[in-house]
Amino acid sequence: MDRIPILKMGPYLLVTIQVDMHDELALTLQDDLTNRITATRAKGVLIDISSLDVVDSFIGRMIANISAMARVLDARTVVVGMLPSVAITLVELGLHLEGVLTALNVEKGMALLQRA
Amino acid sequence: MSLNASEDVVRMRSAVRQAAIAQGLSLVDQTKIVTAASELARNALDYGGGGAVDIELVQNGVRPGVRLTFVDRGPGIADIEQALKDGYTTGGGLGLGLGGAKRLSNEFSIVSQPGAGTRIVIVRWRG
Repeated sequence: MDRIPILKMGPYLLVTIQVDMHDELALTLQDDLTNRITATRAKGVLIDISSLDVVDSFIGRMIANISAMARVLDARTVVVGMLPSVAITLVELGLHLEGVLTALNVEKGMALLQRA
Repeated sequence: MSLNASEDVVRMRSAVRQAAIAQGLSLVDQTKIVTAASELARNALDYGGGGAVDIELVQNGVRPGVRLTFVDRGPGIADIEQALKDGYTTGGGLGLGLGGAKRLSNEFSIVSQPGAGTRIVIVRWRG
């Protein structure tokens, strides 16, 4: 079965989504990340979506869920690298990702996690 | 193009993207129609028991566009107006799919009757 790799970097988990995910793959990532946060006692999760040229309501909901579950597990989530075309489309779709921290790139996202 | 598994939705997104590029749509307009298509394909899969999409390159005078026709064999929609409202869902979703797909398209039409499946046509023109 396909899986999106999760890298551990100190107290943080790093995920780079580089493929167009089908729904089961997105759900697997959600489960894997939640388990890894608990197993590694991670303090933060950084999700790089700069390679994603489409984020629909399903993927958007997955991002919001990861962020909410991580928060309950005492970890912060930052989503980085969203393309402007994706941001415009998401808002028009009606998905505002309230409560999800975002940053323009990995470097800024890391800085945000370190401050949080 | 048939829509019977979530891998089909991934393939369809790529095919719609290629069609939108071929018609010269801007990156934002490409993203809008691919996202709208993704919502409608998932609806066909989750609520319609599978279905199919027809991807057409169309022309309105000098204006090129992409037209997508989704059909499913599902139970149909009894109250279309209600189904188009944000937040309304009969499944476990967010209820943004249908209304969102309409907002992301230049043209949107839906024909559905209980027991007769659903047919949705959307068009995105080059800006």
